[in-house]
Amino acid sequence: MNPMETAAGPALKLGLATREAFGQALVELGRQNPNIVVGDADLSKSTYTSSFAKEFPERFFECGIAEANLIGIGAGLASSGKIPFVSSFSAFILNKGFEQLRVTAAFPNVNLKVVGTHSGISIGEDGPSQMSVEDISLACSLAGFTVICPADEHATRALVRAAAAHTGPVFLRMGRAKAPIIYSPETAFEIGKAIELVPGRDITLIATGLLVAEAWKASILLEKEGISARVLDMHTIKPLDRESIARAARETGAIVVGEEHLVDSGLGVRVAQAVAETYPCVMEFVGIQDTYAESGTPDGLLDKYGLLARDLIAACHRALKRKR
Amino acid sequence: MFRPSLSQTELEAKALRIRRKIVEMIAAAKSGHPGGSLSAVEILVTLFYGVLRHDPSKPKWEDRDRFILSKGHAAPVLYSVLADCGYCDWNSLDTLRRLGSVYQGHPDVRFLPALEASTGSLGQGLSLAIGMALAARLDGRPSRAYVVLGDGEIQEGQIWEAAMFAGARGIDNLVAVVDYNRIQLDGFVADILDVEPLAEKWRAFNWHVLEVDGHSIPALQNAFAEAEATRGKPTVLVAHTVKGKGVSFMENNPKFHGTAPTLDEMQRALAELV
Repeated sequence: MNPMETAAGPALKLGLATREAFGQALVELGRQNPNIVVGDADLSKSTYTSSFAKEFPERFFECGIAEANLIGIGAGLASSGKIPFVSSFSAFILNKGFEQLRVTAAFPNVNLKVVGTHSGISIGEDGPSQMSVEDISLACSLAGFTVICPADEHATRALVRAAAAHTGPVFLRMGRAKAPIIYSPETAFEIGKAIELVPGRDITLIATGLLVAEAWKASILLEKEGISARVLDMHTIKPLDRESIARAARETGAIVVGEEHLVDSGLGVRVAQAVAETYPCVMEFVGIQDTYAESGTPDGLLDKYGLLARDLIAACHRALKRKR
Repeated sequence: MFRPSLSQTELEAKALRIRRKIVEMIAAAKSGHPGGSLSAVEILVTLFYGVLRHDPSKPKWEDRDRFILSKGHAAPVLYSVLADCGYCDWNSLDTLRRLGSVYQGHPDVRFLPALEASTGSLGQGLSLAIGMALAARLDGRPSRAYVVLGDGEIQEGQIWEAAMFAGARGIDNLVAVVDYNRIQLDGFVADILDVEPLAEKWRAFNWHVLEVDGHSIPALQNAFAEAEATRGKPTVLVAHTVKGKGVSFMENNPKFHGTAPTLDEMQRALAELV
């Protein structure tokens, strides 16, 4: 599909929130594999693990508001051959459970799947205590973890299946807001392999999660200015697709990274490391600056904190100016 | 299955052998935690010789009981018991804490697959044991999960998250043992952060609580049998122990929580452990 043209620019049809697609994918997995078990910390109606709980009550473990114990129980289940998905808001499961993730999941490399929903600032009105803007950084710092951030419902379903099939600890980052539809149910996803959404020669936009749709819109608007912008969906943040990044650096000579995360410690710095080690080129970074956001509508927040196509385009202009 | 019925004399001889090895291996390493290893000797000997369903020739046997040493700094007692059972090499126990040794400073499954969990960061073993007990229940396996906790360790909040969960869900294939030796790194538990009233705390979390002399093998055997017969509740043994048990100058001495004996101290200790 292609973005529709509107007076305000290109627009994509809204699909499900990635958290909702995650809940659906879990139920499908549960039907196929009796070893899939799920745990939550009193947020199952928000993380959508409630659908799994309803269909498979004996395989669902409601742990109450106790994230550390949730992760420990998940690691114990994984050590006994189960494939546990443990879920809560990203801000809670990673921040409150970080030590447990380190010692009982990462270090012994157990087959635990950790799903953080309500990531980024697009959760809106609940405000910064519930917003997770450092989860990519934390999850990537756990040795041996795979870190995945899908952009839409189709990507989510495919990547949740891929995470279940992958042996080893995985963190999946889900959003609260409805996500624009980018892919089709047939799109193939492979962990660690970026998707080239739009080909381009002059510059590359690398984005993850909700920013992928913004990057796509930006590329359409840039095209009108005569700028050919490649768009890469970096749905797997770790391990990073260094090959696609190196090719983008070599072939387009400029890269802009966009993410709904603290700009100092997320996807951007990881891409920059790969670029520095392969084909150094001009780079710009779009993300949340060194601050915590506030209550507001999701759209209002993305606008105020500079995470829209407009902001990616401005970064492209800065990068191209430096490239010349 | 490996469930030997050893006489009390034979079990006490095992305990003595384990105690001597703990002192030797920590002295050889020149660092480690003798006090909390020595206090847990009878608990582990009782478990591994007659209580746990396990098989050293098949370490990954699905129906085995799971044992987790949540107070991971007592690794020497676990390593020497595992080696005595035949899971790993007795003669290389003195490589404890050396580069490349399977006997890492704290239990590490990457190096010693016979272990059920990597521990050392306190407070986490009870949650792991719950997960293992739940998996056994789901699969209809007879496995039970046993976890040894330190008395200082239970100051960690996660222990009480886990205790609340296990009590509320009535997980009766789960047994926790608190090695109540009354000393932690900085001093006496009662001075650092008192955990009393301890039995009442667990009772309030809906656990079946047994207070037991943690150095009496028959008392421990009876308590584990009662735990196995208890339905609808997890069981905790509050095991009253002596830190550094068996070595006069280590007993009740906070210094030997985390200080290795010198070679001279090792010789004096071995002279007592006969």
